[in-house]
Parts: sequence; C-alpha cells; structure tokens
Amino acid sequence: MSDSTANNIIKTFDIPGGVHPPENKAQSMQLPLGEVSIPSELIYPLNQHIGTPAIAIVEVGQKVLAGQKIADAVGALSVPVHASTSGTISAIEDRILPHTSGMKGPCIVLKTDGHHQFIDYQPCADYRQLSSAELIEKIRQAGIIGLGGAGFPTAIKLDPRNTCIDTLILNGTECEPYITADDRLMQDYADDIVAGAELLAYILGEPANIIIGIEDNKPDAIKAMQQAAKNTRIEIASFPTKYPSGGEKQLIQILTNKEVPSGKLPAMLGIVMQNVATAMAAYRAVRFGEALTWRITTLVGEALDVQRNLKVLLGTSVEHLLNELGFQSNQASRLIMGGPMMGVALPDIKVPVIKTTACIIAPSHEEMPDQPDAQACIRCGLCAEACPVSLLPQQLYWYAKSEEYERLQNHNLFDCIECGACSYVCPSTIPLVQYYRAAKGNILQQQQEKIRSDHARQRFEFRQARIERAEAEKEVKRAVRKEAAEKAKALAAKRKAEAAQNPENNNRNNDAPALDPVALAMARVKAKEQDPAVQKSKLERALTSAQGRVEKLQTRLDNAETDQLEKFESQVKQAQLRVQDAQKQLDAFNNTKSNTLNSDPTTLEKSDAESATTTISNSKVLKPASPETLDAATAAIERAKAKTEAMALMSQEEKLHEQLQSLEKRIAKAQLNLQNAQAENSEHIAVFKAGLEKMQAKLATTQAELTSLQKENQ
Amino acid sequence: MAFIRRTSPHAHTASTTGDIMRWVMLATLPGLVVLTHFFGWGSLINVALSCLTAVASEALVLKLRKRPVLFYLKDYSALVTAVLLGLALPPYAPWWLVVIGSASAIILAKQLYGGLGFNPFNPAMVGYVILLISFPVEMTRWATPQTLLADAQSLPSLMSALQSVFLGNSIGIDGYTGATPLDLFKAQQGLLVEQINAAQPLFSKASFAGAGWEWVNFAFLAGGIFLLYKRAFTWHAPISMLLALSIMAFLFYGGGNSESGGSLMLHLFSGGTMLGAFFIITDPVSSAVSNKGRIIYGAGIGILIYIIRVWGNYPDAIAFAVLLMNFAAPFIDYYTIPRTYGHTKPSRATRGRDS
Repeated sequence: MSDSTANNIIKTFDIPGGVHPPENKAQSMQLPLGEVSIPSELIYPLNQHIGTPAIAIVEVGQKVLAGQKIADAVGALSVPVHASTSGTISAIEDRILPHTSGMKGPCIVLKTDGHHQFIDYQPCADYRQLSSAELIEKIRQAGIIGLGGAGFPTAIKLDPRNTCIDTLILNGTECEPYITADDRLMQDYADDIVAGAELLAYILGEPANIIIGIEDNKPDAIKAMQQAAKNTRIEIASFPTKYPSGGEKQLIQILTNKEVPSGKLPAMLGIVMQNVATAMAAYRAVRFGEALTWRITTLVGEALDVQRNLKVLLGTSVEHLLNELGFQSNQASRLIMGGPMMGVALPDIKVPVIKTTACIIAPSHEEMPDQPDAQACIRCGLCAEACPVSLLPQQLYWYAKSEEYERLQNHNLFDCIECGACSYVCPSTIPLVQYYRAAKGNILQQQQEKIRSDHARQRFEFRQARIERAEAEKEVKRAVRKEAAEKAKALAAKRKAEAAQNPENNNRNNDAPALDPVALAMARVKAKEQDPAVQKSKLERALTSAQGRVEKLQTRLDNAETDQLEKFESQVKQAQLRVQDAQKQLDAFNNTKSNTLNSDPTTLEKSDAESATTTISNSKVLKPASPETLDAATAAIERAKAKTEAMALMSQEEKLHEQLQSLEKRIAKAQLNLQNAQAENSEHIAVFKAGLEKMQAKLATTQAELTSLQKENQ
Repeated sequence: MAFIRRTSPHAHTASTTGDIMRWVMLATLPGLVVLTHFFGWGSLINVALSCLTAVASEALVLKLRKRPVLFYLKDYSALVTAVLLGLALPPYAPWWLVVIGSASAIILAKQLYGGLGFNPFNPAMVGYVILLISFPVEMTRWATPQTLLADAQSLPSLMSALQSVFLGNSIGIDGYTGATPLDLFKAQQGLLVEQINAAQPLFSKASFAGAGWEWVNFAFLAGGIFLLYKRAFTWHAPISMLLALSIMAFLFYGGGNSESGGSLMLHLFSGGTMLGAFFIITDPVSSAVSNKGRIIYGAGIGILIYIIRVWGNYPDAIAFAVLLMNFAAPFIDYYTIPRTYGHTKPSRATRGRDS
C-alpha cells in the first residue's frame, strides 16, 4: 500500500486455483447504509447457528422487549435467540426456513408493537476487569455466531482450550461477488471493529499478531480500517482479489502461508479467525450489553429498483425487505440468500433474515440466466486449475457419478470446501458441487451405519469373552470342589476300612479323630462342606448354572444346521457314554458315602448335582450338542434331584434298597445299550462292556453291604 | 411465489465445451493454410470429407442410441476429431480412405465407448492407425511440396485434385507424390547426416528441417500457442512431449554420423510433431488428468515417438505413441494425485487413506 505510515506492510501469499467472477459490488455501494421500517411480524428460527437448536423460553401471548432473550442455548454448541424489537409472541410454530429444500423448522413469531422498546442493557465500561471466561459467557449470552456465513458459535472459537493462540485474524475479505455488507460495515463501523479486535485479542491472551485481512477491491474500507487502527498494534493486510480468498483456510494461507491440517481446526496453528462483523457484535455485546438483534444485509440484483445495504432487524422477512426496495418479481430469475457462489436459492419470499444473512440477490434473467443442460465431462481440467485446495474435481465427479466412495475419499473429497469455483468454470456446465454434496452425504451415512454395526459386533464379542471368562472361573472352582470331594472320599474309604476292621470302634473313632494335622484340616474342610446352609447354597448355585447351561446348549442346538446332523449323531453317542460314565461315578460315590453310615442327604445331593453338571459340561464340550445329550443331562439333573429328595426321607436301609433297584435298572439299560452297540458293531462295545461289568460289581458290593447292614441292625 | 431451486454456484463463466472445440478448430487454420500452400488442395479435401463423414456417423449413432442428436452435435467434438484426422492423412488420399478413417474414429473409437468423455483412446489416432495398418501403401504416399516442383510445374488444380480423390484418376497427380522427410531420412540411413542433407532436395531446399514440412509444423506451433493463450489446455503435456523428444534427439544425434537418429530440428519440425504436441496429445479425454500426470504422459509420448521413428518400422510415430500412452493414462492418474490443502503428502488413488 502507498500509505507508508500505516502498519499495513504485511507480506501476503497466493493460493492455488481460484476464479475471478464479475465482482458486481459497485451497484450496492452507491447509497449509504439504509434503514427499514419495522415489519408487523418477525420470525426467529430456533436454529440459526451450527449446533444444537435453541429452545423457546417464551409463551404465546407473552410481551417481550427488544433485546430480550426468547430462546435459550441448549448445551455448549448452541446460542440463545433474542427479540429484535418489542411486541407480543404470536406463535411458536414451524415456518419455512431459508434453505434450498424449502423445509420447515421451529420458529418463534413476534407480532411487533412498533414502539421498539429495549430492555435495559448492562454496559461494561472496562472489560479488562473481567476474566476471559466471563467475557466469553457474555458473548455467548448475546447470541453471537460467525456472521460471515458459517454461523459457528463465537464463544466456542474464543475458547481454544489448551492451545496457545499467537495470531488473531479478522476476516474482511468478502470475496463473494455482489456482497458489500462487510465493506459497508468496515467503512461505517471501523472503530467498533477495531475495538472488537482488541477485545478478542484480550480474551485470547493477547496474541502476537492481530491482522485484519481485506481484498484490494475495497480501497475505502481499507482506508477506514487503517485510520481506525492507527494507534493500535492491529495490522491491515490487503491482497489481490480472487475468489475464494475469504474462506477461512484460504485466508490463513494468504496471510501466514500455513495450511490448516486436514480435519483440524485453525487453533492447531495458533490461529483464530473471526469475521469483522462478528468482532463488532462481540464488542457491542461486552461494552454495551447489546444482544445480536440486527445486522447489515446487502440487497442487490437487477430485479430491484434500489440496490443498497440495509440495517436489518433479525427476523424481518425477505419479502418485506424486497418490497421496500421495489422488487419486480416477474423480472427475477431466482432469489439467492448469500453470494452467487455459495448462496442458497430461496424457495419462498417469506423466509426471514437470520444472523448469517449477509446478502439477498434478486437477479434478472439476463443477470443470472438459467444454466444450460450439462454436457459430457471432457476432463479439460479447468476445474482442477480453479480448485483452491488442489483437488481433481473431474476425477471426483467421475467417481461420485459411479458411487465409488473409497476412491472419492482417496481423492480427498472431504477437503472440498464447496466454494463452487469448479462448477463456475466448467465448460460443460456440470453441477459439480452438487455431486460432491450428495456423495459426502452418502459417505457420512455409510460411515454412521458402519459405526453402528461395529458397535454391535464389539458388544457381541465382549459378551462372548465375558461368558467364556465366567466359564473358566467356574471350571476352576469345580476342580477345587472335585478335589475336596475326592479327599473326603478317600477319608471315608479309610474310615470304612477301619469300620470294617473294628466296627465297635467306629463311633469312637468318629468322636476322636486322628491327631495328625492333615486329618484335622480335612475334617475341618469336611465339616465346612457338610454345613447344611453352605452346602445348600452351593448346590443351588450349581443347579442354577447347570440349568442355565442346558438352556444355552438348547439354543445352540436349535441354531445348528441340518447338514451337521450326522456329525451330531456320533457325538451324541459319545455324549451318552459320558453321561453313563458320569452316572456310574456318581453312584459309586454315593454308595461309598452311604456305606460309611455317615452319608448326608445334602452331600449326596451335592455330588449328584455336581456330576450332573459335569455331565452337562462334558456334553457342552462336544459342540454342537445334540438333543439326546441334553435330554440325558437334564434327566440326570432331574434324577439327582428326585433321588436326593427321596433319600432324605429314607432310612439307611431303604436307601440301599433304592440304590440297588436303580443299579439294577441301569444295568438293564446298559445291557440294552451293549446289545445295540453290538448290533451296530459300534466301536464303543468295549466301553459298554467295561461299564456293565463295573456296574455289576457294584451291584454285588451294594448287595453285600445291604446284607451286612441288615445283620448289624438285627 | 415459487422460485427456481438451484444449488450454488449461481454464477457461471460464459465459455462452453463447444467454445473450446471451436477454438481448437480455429487454431488448426494456420496449419491447414500452410499445408494447402505447400501441398495443394489435398488436405482441404481431406478435412471436408472427413468432417462430413464424422458428422453423419455421429448423428447416425446418436440416433441409434436414442440420444438428442442436435444437443450432442453442438459440442463440436466430432468435427474436431474429423479435422485432426483430415490434417494427418496424406493429401489426395482416395475418398474411401478418408471415409473409412473418419467413420471408424467416430463410431469405433468414440461412440461405441459411450460418446464424448468416455473414449479411452484418441479417436482421430485410432482412425489413423486403422488406416495405416490396413492400407499402408495409400497411407505412406505423401505429396511433394511446392518448393521442390520444377519451375514449369505447379500444384494440381482443384479439378484434377477432386478427380484424383474421387475417381482414382491419378493422371496429373502421380508426379506430385513423394516421401516425407522422416521417410526419406530413414531410407537413407547409413549415410552421414550431412550427405543426406546435401543429396536430397527435400532437405537441401529447406531452411531448417524439411522443405514445406518445417513451415507446416511452424504453423501448428503457432496455433498451439494460441490455444495455450486461450487456456484451452495447460502447457504440461505438449511442452513435456517436445522436451522429451528433444532430449532423445540430442542424446542420439551422434554428431551426424551414419548411425544418427536425425537432428533435433528434423524431429521437432517434421512429420506430425507439432500437430501431435498441441492438437492430439492435448485431447483431455484420453490423457492423464493432473498436471503432474500430464507431464509424465507427454514425456512418455515424446520418448515413444523417437523410439518408433528411429528404431521402429514406421517413419512417423505420433499415432502409436499416443495410443500407447492412452493405455497408460489411468495408471498414471492413480499415482499423480496432487497434494491437497492441509495434507502433508499426495494421496494415492488405490491405497487406503493416508495423511
């Protein structure tokens, strides 16, 4: 710049790509900033910002004043909404939003009273008395969001947590054609903007650099800002006009030659950027306590009689503004909120001006003719030349069309800032940005679905691991119990031998146990085990878990496929064998116990249930289990239970009789099995034979014992 | 009231694909004028015939494919293909040769792949190669430049040219046919470059490359520079190709000995070098897409041209070199994605995402 006294000699850098669309900025700068009459109705959408929509805190019929909060923030990423004039809330309902789709959303409708009465704002003469956090809260409560267009809550940007900010940039670039709202603002409110910059710098801990970036097509604004910033350390940087220099990432590159890493925030580079209008609004919120209730909006386009910037109350309908400026609706080719490059085509004239509405364009047909139909992409590469982030738009288009989403991500689709430079230059008039938006939406949707299914899988795997762990723990416990039972058995056998040798000493031996510590310990263990309460609870646990596992096995079996049936059948046989084996062992144990005259029904019950459990777990090992195995296992449990109950009621003698009978029954069954096995020439014949022999041997022993018992009793 | 709902951007440049195609055709005019000046009406007849065939073929296939005929014809892409093929074919080529070439270029190489934007190969070069392989005699009989004609002789009249093309009546044309500089040079190998230059009037009467040919190439170069100025394409592919060809010619010149591959000027300003560099390899549809990719693509073509010219069986090699690199273009694209803003290194099209 020529002004050598100003602190504006800042080296700027070029960005790749970019386009030079006709600026069309002169027509709205002919007149000074104008004012509009207060419309009869104002509409406040609850979601004018990025983040959670605000929630209405007024009721229909309630009287409100200008600056009064009518909707409150929900959560951190949200800001309140304020009434911009005084009046009565006439409705809280869905209205058409300023969105291309024409969708409706919740809005507060205010019927104005024309008095424009304000609430009492709380000014703050010296904000340096307050902490950053207090100031940020003031800014948040004033409903301030990024007024350049993105609408990101300003309070969040001003609180970059643990990163050290060394550069504050105010964005006065305004690179979109037609828009002159910031140009007007910088000329009319330069002092407020500078004060805003100082306020933001204070909040951010006085960063080393404070730069206001302005494109060189706004010489008056540059001059005004230089004047206002004269005695401050704020630097004014001007750089060649090129779209999209005003993009946050692009302006950072222009002013610092740094690139914001993909997917990260500028704060990572120690940079915070705010729009000039945002800075001013923040200053007014802190200094005067003002809520965000108005903004400057450019009204431009050949379908208007008057084109100029207006000071607009938020919530004013576009219709009201257009009518004030002589709108020829039959001449308008479309209606755009925002600039021609990234603005939104409005579906309806009745939508309100919101916090981010910098411009409304009502172009004539000659000004913005309808685009011709898209021709074939010839991959001319003009789009790649224009892309400010060095993508290959022609390839992205190709892959978006064929829905190759992985390729799209490899080509960094998500770094696309949707500036529209590619579509602007495309000689085949392909709506490229539209393709990218659609593809991004589809990819995000797919990713969310994938995350959901991943979560489900993780949950399932975690559950499986938990079940297996529990199973292993039980296995260990079972082993410990088995060991104890075997010890007890050994002890009982010893006693039995002693009893056989010396029957009359039997009682005495019991009363005076052996003195060696092992025996003492074993007795203690036994005593503990025989404590009915402990045993009962253990038993109950064992039974519950056994039943649970049976159910599980059943489910697994139900899910088993038919083609595995053959495999099952052989496994079933093995499982049956094991069931029998287990049964045999159980019975032997029971018999021994009863023979010691020491047998306790609960002990029996326990060991029975235990062996049943073992049986089941054995059958479980043979995955997938067969119905027969399960039936056998369940039957074993039932038998054990029935037997225990019966035994508890029986005398020793009767018990022996009972056992004899069951043994005989089982031998019969085993013989049948053996015959079957022989008929089938099964490989298990030997096992069956051995089992049968053992059972017969046991039968003989039991009979002998019964006889001796009867003798004794006599 | 309802307004049109269109997503951004709402502004648009005025230039269209049709404009680019028209510029390309306009840029061939100097070359066509110089060709006509040195070789007579032959090239003009070629171009006219080729254009008629191309438009008719395109319209026919579009009709068969049930596409809006006029909408697609208005992109002028068929005409560009036809003009380029017409310029590449030898003047006074029989009419059926031109018709077959032009029809195969449009139908086989373009429409059967899905039309403009979907053809993996340069249509004009596919048409050229089909003719070169099928009708080698007709394809290698080039006209004698005016410079070499005897004083009493002048170029054939339009009538005799038309007779020759359509009736096969070669009387009055036979005396006008001869070899191209590259052909001649290849045929004379074994002699020193100086000896060839002195012995052959095609070289001895030339200013820096081959009589007539040098100015044809010069005219195409001028057209190419116009297109560069118009930003119809970027400099990457043509400059890279010319540079690669120059380096090859320089490396294997061998001081003009009997094994020499020919001088730098011979390679740059003979045959179809400049037509290829600025009008053929710049076809964006069949080339690599990124700037880096186009450098590799152009360099590959330059090297292949030299290899085929000097050690291959064909005197000129633009068509084969271009087709071979057309094959490689998608592969080049996978590995030449530019580094995107905010990334530390370029990504790869085929790999999982990085950086």
